[in-house]
Amino acid sequence: MVQTKKDPVLAVLSLSGGNDGLNCVIPRNNGHYRDARPTIAVPEDQIIPLTDELGLHPTMGPLKKYWDEGKLAVFVGIGYPTPSYSHFRSMDIWHTCEPEAIGTEGWLGRATKQLDPNSENVLTAVNFGRGLPRALVMDGVPVASVGNLETYGLLTGIEGENQRNDALEVFGRMYAPAIGTGAVMDYIHQTGTDALKGADILSTAPDNYTSSVEYSSTAIGQYMKNIAQTHLAGFGTRVLYTTSPYNGFDSHANQLQANSGLLTDVSNTVDNFMTDLREHDASDEVTLMFFSEFGRRVKDNGSGTDHGAAGVAFVVGEHVKGGIYGQYPSLEPSQLEEGGNLKFNLDFRSVYSTILEEWFGLEANPIVNGNFERTKFFA
Amino acid sequence: MAEQDIALMSHLMRRAGFGASRDEIEAKAAQGYDSVVQELLNPETQEAVDEDLLYRYNPSYYEAAAIENNVQQWVWRMINSPRQLQEKVALFWHMIFCAGHSKIDSGQEMGLMVDIFRQDGMGKFDNLLLALSTNPGMMYYLDNTESHKTAINENYGRELLELFSLGVGMDEGFNYSEDDVKACARAFTGWNIAPPYPPFPHGRSPWEFRFDPADHDTEEKTFLGETGNWNGNDIIEIACKQPATARFLARHLYNYFVADEPQIPAWRLTPPRDQAAIEAMEKAYWESDHSIKAMLEVLFTSDFFKDEAIRYAKVKNPTEMVVSLLRMTGEFKGYKPGLFDYSQEPKYMGMDLMNPPTVEGWHTGREWIDSGTLVERINFASDILGNTELEGVQSLVNRLMGLGDKLTPEQFVDGCLDLTGPVVLFPDTMGQLISHASQEGELSHGTDAEKSDFTRRSGEMFQMIAATAEFQFE
Repeated sequence: MVQTKKDPVLAVLSLSGGNDGLNCVIPRNNGHYRDARPTIAVPEDQIIPLTDELGLHPTMGPLKKYWDEGKLAVFVGIGYPTPSYSHFRSMDIWHTCEPEAIGTEGWLGRATKQLDPNSENVLTAVNFGRGLPRALVMDGVPVASVGNLETYGLLTGIEGENQRNDALEVFGRMYAPAIGTGAVMDYIHQTGTDALKGADILSTAPDNYTSSVEYSSTAIGQYMKNIAQTHLAGFGTRVLYTTSPYNGFDSHANQLQANSGLLTDVSNTVDNFMTDLREHDASDEVTLMFFSEFGRRVKDNGSGTDHGAAGVAFVVGEHVKGGIYGQYPSLEPSQLEEGGNLKFNLDFRSVYSTILEEWFGLEANPIVNGNFERTKFFA
Repeated sequence: MAEQDIALMSHLMRRAGFGASRDEIEAKAAQGYDSVVQELLNPETQEAVDEDLLYRYNPSYYEAAAIENNVQQWVWRMINSPRQLQEKVALFWHMIFCAGHSKIDSGQEMGLMVDIFRQDGMGKFDNLLLALSTNPGMMYYLDNTESHKTAINENYGRELLELFSLGVGMDEGFNYSEDDVKACARAFTGWNIAPPYPPFPHGRSPWEFRFDPADHDTEEKTFLGETGNWNGNDIIEIACKQPATARFLARHLYNYFVADEPQIPAWRLTPPRDQAAIEAMEKAYWESDHSIKAMLEVLFTSDFFKDEAIRYAKVKNPTEMVVSLLRMTGEFKGYKPGLFDYSQEPKYMGMDLMNPPTVEGWHTGREWIDSGTLVERINFASDILGNTELEGVQSLVNRLMGLGDKLTPEQFVDGCLDLTGPVVLFPDTMGQLISHASQEGELSHGTDAEKSDFTRRSGEMFQMIAATAEFQFE
């Protein structure tokens, strides 16, 4: 297990919609790549080289620094057997580690249960965004889900600070344990009290935060800033999660322009996040993973690309051993999956297992539903 | 009008529909309980919702493929349809016959499935099961498309028995054997769809049900003790004559319309909360030749439904929470921009419509509530109900003013609770609200300044009511 000065923390940025792995980590001098993508192939001289064969999209320059430092792990050919081409189903599979059955529990919900078995901290896991991604769902595991950290809390619609404080006091008393109201009512009172406590703690995070880093005003930028703020506030949060705007990476059309904007935002934001943590001497204990539910079709459709199979994922952090993990899938037409998609060779559950074991010191197999080869990407 | 008539009508409209504005509740109470029940049970006697209005503003909703559009359209119907029980029943079946967009990957197919629940949801149960078993989305979701004469996939056959008709067991016994599951699955071989999915290489086009005789197992099968060359239709007919099916339906109806029961997997061992109620509905099932409407009629006209003890004995599901507040406050009557945001609210509260977590559906009752969803529920409810600029809320404030020139804090709290439900609070909660109202003393509305103060305090009190634990129930 990796040794960190403080309790290890995992941050996850989920890129919703199916990020085009081929235009993200690009096979630089592969003829099939150029043949298959007359409209959207990136010119060879614009690619940011990582190795002799592979390079990053030109907009991903801010990540090059971490590659050069040896702190960026790049996973290629990542996926799972019998790929689903549905956004929802495929994201569900990444969330639950259940490619065949339909699962209800999320891998990080299970991990949170292990990290805080008695739910002593209502903020062990925090999600940024409305509604809980299934990755964080597990019965009996309280997870705060924050739409907007600046305004997060109960009864946020009440104007006037005094009125709202009064209302919250009444709320606290109304949700205090009551006698003789029944088991369900008792449970709701307890939940309301937990929620109020979590919100009270979380609402202090922005006030105590100063930084020279300016995040972008996009949802990705703001939520990653919230993750940094929450981490820096020292609430004991171990799992921090957010999702880019729903299906934003679903680049069926006009991919060149749309994807450049998104990749710029992701790369700048990841750089901002790491810089922010370093400025506060709080990067040692944080690992950040970003991934998408699938890659995209090898051939372009004249404007963009359709849903595909194997994709790419990244992990960045001070304890990460940089490099390319997995084999870049062959682009030879005869080597493609049904429908013209890249074949996976690195199971995403290998990456999860490594994070769970090496980073969190947890037993991975029960959390990811099986024994997957470990990918040694921690130093 | 008698207070108890209003309270009873409000209860009926919350359960048999998605609530109503105070004006509507009073009008319906004046019309009479039994007459309103008949209207609800016979949706064809009520005007249909004006879908043209929706399409005029939003042509893209018509036969839309996108899931968001189909969810919006359904939420809009729940708010606006005069045929309230029809929409409520559609949601009931959606929560039992669970199939989800996560796998089906087409909003249009999901919309078509919900249409079945709307059209056949109160008819003969056999017909509903047949419509379900020939619904392409369901056939795909439960892998019947992968079930072949030579290689049976048991998924649909099993769920039809376990989750859609008989249930695992009752009175501590089991309702069917593994051999019955196999026979059932064999009978449904050849019940397939076209075109196949994934849609390579030509992309997606709408599905149709196709029976493929060449892929159908024509051997003899023994199902629940009856032997013959059964096809899916025969299986449905046999299943619908089982006492377990009547019990299964009665318990589901009770759990959805009357009071929260334990989670479904516990039903084999846990007797019903109200045995007599279940028996009365079972009797209606047999006497009416398997009519869901007949069971509902017994339910809504029974004493067990009208009993004050079961009011607010059910945790509102997220859709009920959102739609009933929009109906109570007159928000989103007709059409205007902003439907998307409202239609996403149930998802934030843990109920992603048209995309249940698994075929077993959502866990209901107290399991709707966790620290994340409770914050969403409370904030949404108090934002809507406390917004005194909304037509429906303004009308509640006017009614409050109509109670007298001066209101004591007690009268004020009573009035607010009455108009938003009537909501019934535990004494401790009630005490907190009265003491909060007492801080600013009596309320009057003679001058403009007093009026504005009265309005502000009403909005705040509505917000507090919407934030109570009691308001999580219906």
